[in-house]
Amino acid sequence: MTGERKDVAAAEEHYEELPDAPPTRRLKLGLVGRISLVIIAFWVVIALIGPFIAPYHEAEFIEEDLQGNYILDPSFLPPGEQVWLGTDYIGRDIFSRIIWGARTTLGISVSATLLAYFIGITLGIAAAVIGGWVDMALSRLNDAILSFPSIMLGLITIAAFGSSILLLILLAGLIYASGVYRIARALGQDIMVQDFVEAARVRGEGTWWIIVREILPNAAMPIATDFGLRLIFVILFVSSLSFLGLGVQPPMSDWGSMVRENLPGLGNGLLRGALASLAPALAIASLTIAINLIVDEVSAHAGGSLARKMI
Amino acid sequence: MLLMVLRRIAIGLALIMVVSVLIFAITQILPGDAAEVRLGQEATPETLAALRKELGLDRPAYVQYVEWLGRLVTGDLGVSVAGGATIASLIGDRIGNTLFMATAVTVIAVPLSVLIGLLAAMYPGSRLDRLITAATLGLVAVPDFLVAILLILVLSVQLGWFPAVSYLSGSEDLWTRLWALMLPIATLVTVVAAQMIRMTRAGILNVMNSPYIEMAILKGVPRGRIILRHALFNAIGPIVNIIALNLAYLVSGVVIIETIFSYPGLAKLMVDGVQTRDMPVVQACGMIFCGTYIALIIIADIASIMSNPRLRHPK
Repeated sequence: MTGERKDVAAAEEHYEELPDAPPTRRLKLGLVGRISLVIIAFWVVIALIGPFIAPYHEAEFIEEDLQGNYILDPSFLPPGEQVWLGTDYIGRDIFSRIIWGARTTLGISVSATLLAYFIGITLGIAAAVIGGWVDMALSRLNDAILSFPSIMLGLITIAAFGSSILLLILLAGLIYASGVYRIARALGQDIMVQDFVEAARVRGEGTWWIIVREILPNAAMPIATDFGLRLIFVILFVSSLSFLGLGVQPPMSDWGSMVRENLPGLGNGLLRGALASLAPALAIASLTIAINLIVDEVSAHAGGSLARKMI
Repeated sequence: MLLMVLRRIAIGLALIMVVSVLIFAITQILPGDAAEVRLGQEATPETLAALRKELGLDRPAYVQYVEWLGRLVTGDLGVSVAGGATIASLIGDRIGNTLFMATAVTVIAVPLSVLIGLLAAMYPGSRLDRLITAATLGLVAVPDFLVAILLILVLSVQLGWFPAVSYLSGSEDLWTRLWALMLPIATLVTVVAAQMIRMTRAGILNVMNSPYIEMAILKGVPRGRIILRHALFNAIGPIVNIIALNLAYLVSGVVIIETIFSYPGLAKLMVDGVQTRDMPVVQACGMIFCGTYIALIIIADIASIMSNPRLRHPK
């Protein structure tokens, strides 16, 4: 059994030396990549089980200390045994709110990115395959969305409709679908002219078969790497809106809005208030930097052509 | 070439038209109109109808759009729903502040990032290059407000060098203003430069792969001279393109930064407008920001045409 595997490994190694060897599908991450993966996995687990392990509820005020004595002013308490990261401007446990907020922030961002991918890939492949006026109309619509700075589109829409979580997901999904559309369309057009698609057509395969069996598998790898980058943009977009007070509304906790509400504590020094806005901001950064490092490593692994396609 | 440039400008104008239609359309989808918002609780059907007539809200949407666009072009931006002040005066007070900050950021960030990008590209793979690459890779993924918070904590709260709130009364001299704006400018320079450095480095390294650079290396030209005499000039087009694109990024940067430092600029006006749902203010500010953004993108486009001899002299 082991011997057989060794043979396969040896054959693969041999394969790599050939000039036209197929790209290796296995991904070896370096130390930085592995640490990043652990950080991302950590936040995903927290987002899934957070509310069950958090010491307090996200909207719960700290009213008594561990001995049961009443606390007169619980706002901006320094970190201690009871509240590991201190309390926020109205006396809620920051540690618990970050744990609860992971679910909000990640939940909104991941749903929005998935939505963006669903819309972008469907329309992008459709434009590439159908072509003609469909391609024309979709591409012009896409240009219109791309000519807005994303934050402006967000501000104007929220001014008109008010903010809700559903609106945030739809908004971010729609805005970032335009980038996905461009990539999916370009990839689709590239693949459409390949010999194997031509062969499939000559064989008499239908359009649907060509999309599902020829185009999607070949576009999967570049699109998967792009998912990471897109997720970073969405996280930054959603937390920026929350930071402006236009995203997730209180008392729900979310990393972006936590930064905003605790800004007044910034002048009190690190332990007496600044930590309240610094900690959630660092939580966002740890997540986005980790994703960025993995994307960087994967695209370096896959060669420059991939990186160019994604811009 | 002139034809291509004119074409780009035409495309830009068309895009601005599209943006204006979209911005106008959003107010039409709204459940309540400006008359209802202004009258609030005191609205009776009669007063509503009267005010609608006065404001011209009873006419078809496309007539209102053309009128709105006409007033926008002539600078008559309407009246703020919340305060009753004319929007032109609100914007007039603040646009200078935003422009001042944007200019200062541009003047500092552009030479700085071209220089650092050059340094990194001169010695690719060196310790310096790896440091610059790693730092900028981290910075591009960090939210703008984290950079701002860290700068405030270190430079303002701990060391007490600069004020954390950028309040301006309008009568300060240049140095006092720059002093008050040191932290927001530093924040914006950091976030904008990170992306510019990465792209400048990539642009120069890209040129470094071309055959004439290989020729220069083979004939023994010193490394610094290759970069400064051969690579840099050929990379200027892409670099100008990068600069314009990244200044467009400033548009979203100022929104966050003006909020965090309570700086009385245009973006703060717009965010406040969104919070009070003051649509005329949001529309006017939105048009200014989107127009600037499109203009910068078109400039980036034209720069890359101008810098490419093949595009400049098409057959």
